[in-house]
Amino acid sequence: MTWIVQAILSFLAATGFGIIFNAPRRMLFYCGFVGMTGWLVYSLFNGISSDPVQASFLGAFMVALVAHIFAKRFRTPMIIFSVAGIIPLVPGGMAYNAMRHIVEQDYLTAISFASGAFMVSGAIAMGLVFAEVIIQLVFRSGIGRKRGKKL
Amino acid sequence: MPIVDKETAIDCCLLAGRLMMEAGAETYRVEDTMARMAETQQLSATHSFVTPTGIIFSPGSPHHTKLIRIKDRTTDLEKVALVNDVSRKLSTNEYTLEEAYSKLQEIEKTNVMFPLWLQIIAAAVASGCFLILYSGLWMDVPAAIFAGGVGYVIVTKIHELTRVKFFAEFVGSLFIGLIGFTAVQTGLGLELDKIIIGSVMPLVPGLLITNAVRDLMAGHFMSGLSKGAEAFLTAFAIGAGVALVLSF
Repeated sequence: MTWIVQAILSFLAATGFGIIFNAPRRMLFYCGFVGMTGWLVYSLFNGISSDPVQASFLGAFMVALVAHIFAKRFRTPMIIFSVAGIIPLVPGGMAYNAMRHIVEQDYLTAISFASGAFMVSGAIAMGLVFAEVIIQLVFRSGIGRKRGKKL
Repeated sequence: MPIVDKETAIDCCLLAGRLMMEAGAETYRVEDTMARMAETQQLSATHSFVTPTGIIFSPGSPHHTKLIRIKDRTTDLEKVALVNDVSRKLSTNEYTLEEAYSKLQEIEKTNVMFPLWLQIIAAAVASGCFLILYSGLWMDVPAAIFAGGVGYVIVTKIHELTRVKFFAEFVGSLFIGLIGFTAVQTGLGLELDKIIIGSVMPLVPGLLITNAVRDLMAGHFMSGLSKGAEAFLTAFAIGAGVALVLSF
């Protein structure tokens, strides 16, 4: 049940960001879908390993993978799908907590939150880049070329 | 091919590059698009240097190197898609150079943004969704939706008015903090932290951060660092606005 609620909410949130970032109208649904897959993978692995860095890496990896498939299919830049999909993974909460502890002059806690936020955003970028590299390798090989035609 | 045509081709490349950069495309994609468009117009040995604040494009002798300034950057994915489409059609010879150039000028003039009210609703709904996704309480949802919508309106309007992005973000997050605070004080909300985190999400520079790190990894250090600086300033403005409320 919670999974369904999470899926719907992340879909809505990513679609909302698609509107804010002015994604092409007929791509909004796919933006939402990319966001949903990313978030579900993220929360699944966050539940298993309770390490947000690994979970963010896998979530971003998934986002880039699905975004790339859509980009090939609709012949549009991949950024259209990946941007909205990445947003739910952004460590807004950690950055907020870091800021809050700085205000309260609890600098040690603030630093630990800030480094967490830094690690998570690094992991997101790594996930995006890794997925892209792997996809390029796959499409360059023979199997990928065949599948590429089908897509 | 007469020399006049090549000048149009160079202008066409530069315009495409500027439009994409202003719309928030990745640096490597802009360089790639410009190089591809130049290749279709028999311009060989072109070099481009793309940064978030300007593009230098050298089409090789006998043509002059040109520079184009990028003044403000927004996120407009539809524009990225449109320019990409024009460049693809130019390379498959579906468009002639003149057609492509006039098409690009048309894209430059038209405003393809969603209407503001829809953006506000989107921001408000996204705020509400994020509250629950970050394991907030259902009873805080109305406060987050309201704060998120108001925050987005304030940022857009003040940015239009003052043209200073960081000030707009500061005021926007200040109001988000105030609304959250009032909601908790009057009993309409319970968890101040979660309400603020949820409603601040539409302002968070997520695209900038990821694009910055992507550019750095692709070796575009100049644009990576400047995008990172922009993201840092935005994050700082948001944090400062919220912090002002929290410090009371």
